[in-house]
Amino acid sequence: MLTGLFALLFYVATAVLVGGLAMKIRRYWSVPAPLKIPTTPAPTTTSGVAFRLAREVVLFESLFKANKWIWVFGWIFHFGLLLVLLRHLRYFVNPVPEVLAFIQPFGILAAFAMVAGLAGLWARRIIVPRIRYISAPSDHLMLALLLAIGLSGMAMKFVAHTDIVAVKAFFTGLMTLELRPLPADPLLIVHLSLVAVLMIIFPFSKLVHGVGLFFSPSRNQADNPRERRHLAPWAAKLPARGEAK
Amino acid sequence: MADMSDYIIDDRPDPLEMPEIACGAMAKSKPFVAKPDHQQPLGFPGELLPDWKERAIDKMGELLGKYRSLQVYLDSCVKCGACTDKCHYFLGTGDPNNMPVARQDLLRKVYRRYFTFSGKYMPWLVGAQDLTEEVLDDWYSYFHQCSQCRRCSVFCPYGIDTAEVSMAAREIMDSVGKGQKYCNEIIGKVFKVGNNLGLPKGAIRSTLEGLEEEIKEETGLDVRMPLDEKGAEVLLVTPSADLFAEPHIQGLMGYAKVFHEAGVTWTLSSYASEAANFGMFIGSYENMRDVSLRIRKAALDLGVKRIVFGECGHAWRVAYSFLNTLAGPFDFLDPRYPVPQHICEFTYDLMKDNKLVFDKSKNDQYRLTFHDSCNVARGSRMGDMPGGQFEIPRAILRASCNHFFDMAPETIKEQTFCCGGGGGLLTDDLMELRVKGAQPRMRALQQVREDHGVTHMAAICAICKAQFTKVMPKYGFEMDSILSVHQMVANAIVLTGSTQARELAEKMNAAAGNGRAA
Repeated sequence: MLTGLFALLFYVATAVLVGGLAMKIRRYWSVPAPLKIPTTPAPTTTSGVAFRLAREVVLFESLFKANKWIWVFGWIFHFGLLLVLLRHLRYFVNPVPEVLAFIQPFGILAAFAMVAGLAGLWARRIIVPRIRYISAPSDHLMLALLLAIGLSGMAMKFVAHTDIVAVKAFFTGLMTLELRPLPADPLLIVHLSLVAVLMIIFPFSKLVHGVGLFFSPSRNQADNPRERRHLAPWAAKLPARGEAK
Repeated sequence: MADMSDYIIDDRPDPLEMPEIACGAMAKSKPFVAKPDHQQPLGFPGELLPDWKERAIDKMGELLGKYRSLQVYLDSCVKCGACTDKCHYFLGTGDPNNMPVARQDLLRKVYRRYFTFSGKYMPWLVGAQDLTEEVLDDWYSYFHQCSQCRRCSVFCPYGIDTAEVSMAAREIMDSVGKGQKYCNEIIGKVFKVGNNLGLPKGAIRSTLEGLEEEIKEETGLDVRMPLDEKGAEVLLVTPSADLFAEPHIQGLMGYAKVFHEAGVTWTLSSYASEAANFGMFIGSYENMRDVSLRIRKAALDLGVKRIVFGECGHAWRVAYSFLNTLAGPFDFLDPRYPVPQHICEFTYDLMKDNKLVFDKSKNDQYRLTFHDSCNVARGSRMGDMPGGQFEIPRAILRASCNHFFDMAPETIKEQTFCCGGGGGLLTDDLMELRVKGAQPRMRALQQVREDHGVTHMAAICAICKAQFTKVMPKYGFEMDSILSVHQMVANAIVLTGSTQARELAEKMNAAAGNGRAA
C-alpha cells in the first residue's frame, strides 16, 4: 500500500517535473526577444556571453554586486543543495562510482550549509522590512518546504537512521518498473513526500528561476546591434507605415 | 503647486542611504492623462474603453507572446530583495512600491491571476490579484514613477529589467485608452512636425543662422550649420532641445565646430529633426519604429553617407541598440563607419588622430564632474570596447579641461543614478517625483563638491540637462551648473585660422620667449 502509493507519487512527480520544465523551456524558446537589450557593458561575442552566464550561475555575480548578505546566504544554500543532490545520486546507481564516494563526506557537511543558508534567507525575509514587504505567503512556504526537506534528511542521517539499503532498492526498482518495499519510517515518509511536492511545484513557481536566467535577454544577448541586424519574426511582418502619419 | 523645497525630506549626506518605508507616500503622484487628440495619432483609443479589463488582459497575453523579456521576467523573480534599495525613486521617496520588485509585482500579481495555475486557483497563496480599477490606478501612478533607467537590472541575479515591465504596463494602458499626455502628445508632434518641441523648419533655420553668426563673432570663421542640405556627408540627428534650450544649444555649437575642423560636410534634417524617440518610453514597438523610419527616410532623401547622433541618452539607446532593427538595413551608407555613430565617437576618433587642438585653460573656470546618463551607461555602447560609453566622454572632457573629478564609484558608470526625469517623466505635473528622484545623484554631487570643490557637472543627455536645470537649485546648486559635454569642447577647441588659434600661437611664443629669457 505505502510502497504502491509512493511509487505512483514519484512517477507522477517526475513526469510533472520533466514535462513542466520542458513546457517552460519550449515557451521561453518560442517567444522572441524583438530588441537587443543586454544590460551594458555587455560582452560583444557569443563566447563572452557564455562566460557572463557562467559567472552568474557559478558566482552569482550580479547578486554579489547587489547585496553581500543575500549573496552569502543564497550562495551557501545553492551550493550546499548541489552537493547534497550529487551525494543523493548514490541511491540511484549501482555500483556507486568513485567520484560519488569521494564527495560523500562533503555532501554530508553541505547539508549544514544548505540549512544555514536557508535559515539566513528566511531570517532576512522576516527581519528586513523591505524584504518582508515584498514577500507573499508562498515565498515563506517555499523556504519552509526546503528547510523541512533538509532537516528531515539530516534527521535520518544524524538522529534516527532509516533503512537506506531498502530505500535504495525501492528507487532503483522504480527505475526498472519493479516495486520493492519502501520502509515505513515516519521521517522517510515526510522527507520523500516533501521532495515530491517540491518536484511538482518546481516548474510552475518561482523555482523556475534557474531556467529563466538562461533566457534573460539582458544577460544572454551579445552587444553587437550595429554589426548584426536583429529582427523578430513578428516585427518583420509589420506593415510598412513608413511616412509620417 | 507647493514650494518645491518642501519635497526634500531631510539632510542625509550618503547617496545610497536607505529611507524609512513610507507606504503610499507617492500614490497620489500621477501625470496628466492623455486626451483623445493625443491618443489617436498613435493608434490608441481616445479614452478608457468600457471593456478595458478584458482588453488589458488580452493585451497582456499578446505581449507575453511577443516579448521574451516580459514572459521570463514575470516568471523568474524569487523576491530575494537584491533590487529593493537600488531605485533612485525609492531612495528619494521611501514609497515601497518604488522598490523595483514591488513595482513589477503590480503587474506580476495580475499576470499570476490570469495566466498561471497557482494564481488562478490559489491567488491568496502567491499574491495574485484581480485586475480592478484600483489596480489600474496603481499602475498609472507607479509605472509613471519608473524612469526605465535599468539600474535594478544591473543587480538582479536574473537580469530582470523593470524597464521592460514598465514599458509593457504603459503599452497595456495605452491600448485600453489610458495614456500619458506628456509622452503621447510629444510623439504626435514628431509625426506632425518632425520634432518633440514642434519647431517648424523656418524656426530651425533661423536658430541655426543665429548660431552661425555667434560662432563667427567668436572665432572669425564661417562655421556652417546646414539644414536639409542634399549631398552632405553626415546626417546629424540631435534632440530638438539642442536647438532651443540651455545648456543644450552650446553643445550643438560644439558639434558644428568639430565637423568644421574635421572638414566633414554635414546637415540637419527638418523632417527628422529629433533624436529623441518617446516610442520607447511607452513601450510601443510600432510608434518607436515609425519615429525611427523618419531618420531612414531623411538619410535616403538627403543622400548622406553617415548618420551621427547628438547628445541624448535614450535616443542613443534607441539609435545604437534598436535603429538597425527598426529601420535597417543601412547598406546604402558608407560601410567604413558604424551606423549610427555618437557625436562623442566622432570627436574621440578625431582626437586619437591628433586632428583637434584644445586650449584647456579656456575651461579653467570649471571644476568638472561627469554624469553618466542611464540609457547610455546601461543600454548602449560607444567605440569598440564594452565600457567605451564611460571612457570616451571622459576622455573628451579630460582633453578639454584641466580639472576633472569623478563622483563616488557606486554612483557612476554602470551604477549611475538617473537624473530623476528620464523615461517620459520630464513633465511639470511630476515635479515632486522629479525633485525627490534626483536626490541620490544630487547627494553624490554634493560629496564631490565637498571633496574636490567641483562646481559643474557635464552630461550627454537632453533630458538630464533639462531635468538638472530645474532640480539643481533645490539642492544648493545654480541652475547653470549643468553643462553639455560638447559645450566644453566648444569652449576649448582651437579652430584652424580662428582668433583663438592666433591667441594661442602668441601665448606659446611668449612662453617660449620667457623660457629662453630664464
